[in-house]
Amino acid sequence: MDGTALLTITVLAVFVGFEVVSKVSSTLHTPLMSGANAIHGIILVGAIIVAGQAADPWVLAVALLAVVLATANLVGGFVVTDRMLHMFHAKKDAGQAKGGSK
Amino acid sequence: MSILDPVWTALLYLAAAVFFILALRGLSSPRTARRGNLVGALGAVIAVVTVFLSARLENIPWILGAIVVGSAVAAPVARRVRMTQMPQLVALFNGVGGGAAALVALLELGHAGEPWVRVAIVFTLLVGAVSFAGSGITFAKLQELMTTRPVVFYGLPVVMSVVLLAAVASGVAVVVSGSLPLAVLLLVLGLAAGVLLVLPVGGADVPIVISLLNAFTGLAVAASGVVLGNVLLVVAGTLVGASGTILTRAMAAAMGRSVAGILFGAFRGGSTAGSTAVSERPVRSSSPEDVAVLLGYAQRVIIVPGYGLAVAQGQHTAAELALALEARGIQVDFAIHPVAGRMPGHMNVLLAEANVPYESLKEMGEINPEFKTTDVALVVGANDVVNPAAKTSSGSPIYGMPILEVAEARQVVFLKRSMRPGFAGIENELLFEPQTSLLFGDAKESLAQVLGAVKAL
Repeated sequence: MDGTALLTITVLAVFVGFEVVSKVSSTLHTPLMSGANAIHGIILVGAIIVAGQAADPWVLAVALLAVVLATANLVGGFVVTDRMLHMFHAKKDAGQAKGGSK
Repeated sequence: MSILDPVWTALLYLAAAVFFILALRGLSSPRTARRGNLVGALGAVIAVVTVFLSARLENIPWILGAIVVGSAVAAPVARRVRMTQMPQLVALFNGVGGGAAALVALLELGHAGEPWVRVAIVFTLLVGAVSFAGSGITFAKLQELMTTRPVVFYGLPVVMSVVLLAAVASGVAVVVSGSLPLAVLLLVLGLAAGVLLVLPVGGADVPIVISLLNAFTGLAVAASGVVLGNVLLVVAGTLVGASGTILTRAMAAAMGRSVAGILFGAFRGGSTAGSTAVSERPVRSSSPEDVAVLLGYAQRVIIVPGYGLAVAQGQHTAAELALALEARGIQVDFAIHPVAGRMPGHMNVLLAEANVPYESLKEMGEINPEFKTTDVALVVGANDVVNPAAKTSSGSPIYGMPILEVAEARQVVFLKRSMRPGFAGIENELLFEPQTSLLFGDAKESLAQVLGAVKAL
């Protein structure tokens, strides 16, 4: 991919990024931060590519470490965001006080 | 294997990028937030499957093994973590993402032909390392593995300047020479800069720093996309970088602070300085029965929950007390400061966990005019967010932060563990006012005693 095309995409993505979150209520700041955090876990794709091209065992070891870290970011991020959002409900399903407060 | 040709690969990455955009948009509204998050996860699955089907990969069993290990570590932690500890977990996940981006950039150095690719590598290394180390320190602060107070030492600005200059110098050298040892040096300097950046930030400002580092990791991921020529990484990373920046500013605005002030104010003697000394001044302490009488014969009660409530796991008891008071015909609301808890919006999550209906949670702007007509403001485990010093004393570190105006209520009752100041370490004058009474003890136990006494009225 040539430089100008990447630059175009980057600039457009900046504006989209500004636009989509410009009107979020403070109620959702925490889940939004956590969700955005999960999305950058997609560095996993980069880590997989690097690990898949590694010939030297040391390179492979470092790349696999990157895969582990990126997976933790991606999987953990989406799971914890989902758990958080699961608790937001408008009206009470009270009574069924949630089980695992451990 | 490469089953997919480049066109299909590009289209699938485009689909994943669109899913990420939809995810962020969904997360901006309470009704669509959960679906938004799932859409994002689906985008991630598409992207990961695509990379396996399109790139020519060796070592696939190893890679799959590493993915299993990462999931096996992160998923149970994410599922079990207490909601009170969630901010530090987000910090941790953010840090490892930044670390992964830095490692990817380091390993790609050998393949980088053109200088501008090496510029992107240097950027990723530095920003990823700052995010990794900075997030580590925020984790340690929030987990209280280290002091939550600003750590400032003599000569800190000088040390920071030296580290940054050295980083720029070695960055330029890496771009010119492509030397791996210099790149490792750059990584180490980035780690040092991350530590130095976050050490002087006071406890109350840490959430904003998490958000800022989140944006940093996004930018590092975008730059690593440039390195690898991968459009999805560029788009996803840039999205997070941009939205994270906006979010950081929104959070800082909610606290009446500027991002620059938080980061660089620290170098002028600590961002939220203060003392943890216990004051000896007299206060009016009260008994659970007295508090129950105050509440039980009021017409309007506003409960102001803070992090202390969450730490004591008292959300459920607070919700029960609200129900018991409503049963007596009293109007009860919860006043939620934007930064109640340890992170903006954190208290909403915690009370939602206790099944408090969404409608009883009032935002600050909505509830503040109503304190004038309120009989009792019950402050449970909150301190800084009701501290009038934010309005009156211009020298105070929290000066300018919007607060909940509980001082306007006829009576104010604080449930507190001790006279120790709050997270920001600033004494609260309201505690010594004549209309204020204090009930000392663990928030959950105090609430349970008050609840018992209300029921016995």
